[in-house]
Amino acid sequence: MVARYVLSIDQGTNSTRCILFDHHGRMVSVAQRVHQQHFPRPGWVEHDAVEIWRNLQRLVPVALSDAGAGADEVAAVGIANQRETTVLWDRRTGVPLDRAIVWQDTRTASLVDDLRQRPGEEFFLERCSLPPSTYFSALRIRWLFDHVSGLEQRAKDGEVLFGTMESWLIWNLTGGVNGGLHITDATNASRTMLMNIRTLTWDEELLAFFGVPRTMLPEIRSSAERYGEARSVLPGVGITAALGDQQAALFGQTCFSPGEAKCTYGTGSFLLLNTGTDVVRSRHGLLTTVAYQIGDRPPVYALEGSIAVTGSLVQWFRDRLGLISSAPEIETLALTVEDNGGCYIVPAFSGLFAPRWRSDARGVIVGLTSYITKGHLARAVLEATGWQTREVVDAMNADSSVALKQLKVDGGMTADNLLMQFVADVLDVPVVRPMVAETVSLGAAYAAGLAAGYWPDLEVLRRNWHRAAQWMPDMDPGRREAEYDNWQRAVERSLGWMRPPGSP
Amino acid sequence: MAGPVQSIERAAAILRLLAGGPRRLGLGEVAASLGLAKGTTHGILRTLQHVDFVEQDAATGKYQLGAALLHLGTSYLDVNELRSRSINWADALAARSGEAVRLGTPLEGRVLVVHHVFRPDDTLQTLDVGSLLPLHASSLGKVLLAFGTAPMESALESGLDAYTRHTLATPEELGRALAEVRDVGWAAEVQEMSMGEAAVAAPIRGHGGLVVGAIGLSGPVERICHGQGRPRPNLITLLREAARAISRDLGAARW
Repeated sequence: MVARYVLSIDQGTNSTRCILFDHHGRMVSVAQRVHQQHFPRPGWVEHDAVEIWRNLQRLVPVALSDAGAGADEVAAVGIANQRETTVLWDRRTGVPLDRAIVWQDTRTASLVDDLRQRPGEEFFLERCSLPPSTYFSALRIRWLFDHVSGLEQRAKDGEVLFGTMESWLIWNLTGGVNGGLHITDATNASRTMLMNIRTLTWDEELLAFFGVPRTMLPEIRSSAERYGEARSVLPGVGITAALGDQQAALFGQTCFSPGEAKCTYGTGSFLLLNTGTDVVRSRHGLLTTVAYQIGDRPPVYALEGSIAVTGSLVQWFRDRLGLISSAPEIETLALTVEDNGGCYIVPAFSGLFAPRWRSDARGVIVGLTSYITKGHLARAVLEATGWQTREVVDAMNADSSVALKQLKVDGGMTADNLLMQFVADVLDVPVVRPMVAETVSLGAAYAAGLAAGYWPDLEVLRRNWHRAAQWMPDMDPGRREAEYDNWQRAVERSLGWMRPPGSP
Repeated sequence: MAGPVQSIERAAAILRLLAGGPRRLGLGEVAASLGLAKGTTHGILRTLQHVDFVEQDAATGKYQLGAALLHLGTSYLDVNELRSRSINWADALAARSGEAVRLGTPLEGRVLVVHHVFRPDDTLQTLDVGSLLPLHASSLGKVLLAFGTAPMESALESGLDAYTRHTLATPEELGRALAEVRDVGWAAEVQEMSMGEAAVAAPIRGHGGLVVGAIGLSGPVERICHGQGRPRPNLITLLREAARAISRDLGAARW
């Protein structure tokens, strides 16, 4: 049978999805299953890794049967996954030691504070290009060693395996306790704080610092190569790609050249800029990360700026203020007025992230007058996402040698026309939306298909990319500058609101 | 002719009861007031809640009239919500058909384009969300007229301008065409707005089958139609599949 499809697995924060793509990069079938979110304590977020593995076992046959396809028609499998989520399991039984600790989990916050003091950010930035943050896996491993008795010793004795979600799934797909492959890819490893960003190998000094034994870590492989064959679920089919979800979206948007960038607009938003084979060290508050590595070719790097509150500001407007009954209605309400009426909302709900990194900031609404209606507030909500994008893009332009020429967008908020026009207006570059909205899944499929020879080269993938919509900048430059100035003055007013405990 | 439908009479009585007082009412109170069994009453309340005519207070479980009743005369589906719910299906339709896709809803005697997906050939195209099309000379408009989403009077008030020699410029011609649209379930427009262009459209239905908008494909006449000037059947199939998929997402049961 001729291989007709590539299967993509998107192991996301809320659900796992399997999508079959054809040669044109079009979706043929989709199967999705939500998994439970566990919140055992404030700030803690956990997933059951076994539930996720079982979901995957059920989803793959559904995706195949919906397309009327057999396993022999699948050329390759690629995986994209929620990044940084940490699972430890028993090498001999294959059973997770506890629930997986999710990237949003903030239990390591006090450890982050300690590390910033000593040894300080520079120690980490030099090696892995990441500043200490609750996101990254190494801190979770350390936390587990410090809180689960005997765990550190068991890990040293080689009884325990660590992985992010792609490692866990690949290990299970390739046989689990019966010789399963224990591997990760460079994009996922670049989010652990344990990988040297230049050599793409586990960094001895970082391992020693966190006390993580080498024996529990997966082998770091490229993002697109034949790792091995699946032994269950899709027996005999090659597993040929793994990428963190945001890197997969960059790949799915075919941002293969330096200077190309994508922004995924969801609850939060993630902007990644391809910087080519150079490791660009950000001086403006962005993270350096591996974008992808294809086989034995040199790795391609990216600058990443994440915006914590974008879609979640709309949700707040809907659920907490009750001014709209569904998220898309924000646009309807915003269109009842001509402009923001002088009102600005800075959604620093838990501080400001990239590029400002101010944990002492809190949200503010400024410019209130008796003239302001809920329509103006709706405008200010959408504009906050636009201006936050502008700040990240400004930081990227300052760090990178090539200025952004257009922004590729995806994610749920791209359905909001007014917002997309505003983003184009404030960035002063065209904003384009691709025809396949599922860029994360598509990116994993593309990488897998490339490694399996289903697609010959990047150029063919580029030709599969089609513009579904384009918004051209259409704002008077004087007005853009004046509005940006107002936004920045609004941000200044959000700073320093939180004081350390005990201050007057 | 069948007699009155009992459950609809009962639903009307429940609405009158809830409209009568300022207070929210519990299930038991509603059932007792109307002399109905609790199970029956609950079924009707649940259905009324489903169509947003009744709201249930989350804390007390008591019922009151829903906000939708106050806006019965206006469209119940926000156009931006319609776009948001259609976007993936509209993309897939454009990718499979190779043609541009638009969604339309009625606005003051015209068709408002609420969503637009480019033809997937990466040629220079301009987003025309927000532009207005004539009801009688567009396939989207014909669907909205045929299924009662836009009233015929509004089209006549806007005037049946003849854009080309193919435009249906009399009420009689238009009426015949709309009857056919209702019959076959989709509408075509072949060089009726501008020479060389053609389009096809199908209805998007919400709860209870009510048509809330139209989705259509458009392009050069030789791509949309085959030699005899009729739309290509494969495009119609793709179009209707997309329209049905969106309708199912919006809660239409049988489409």
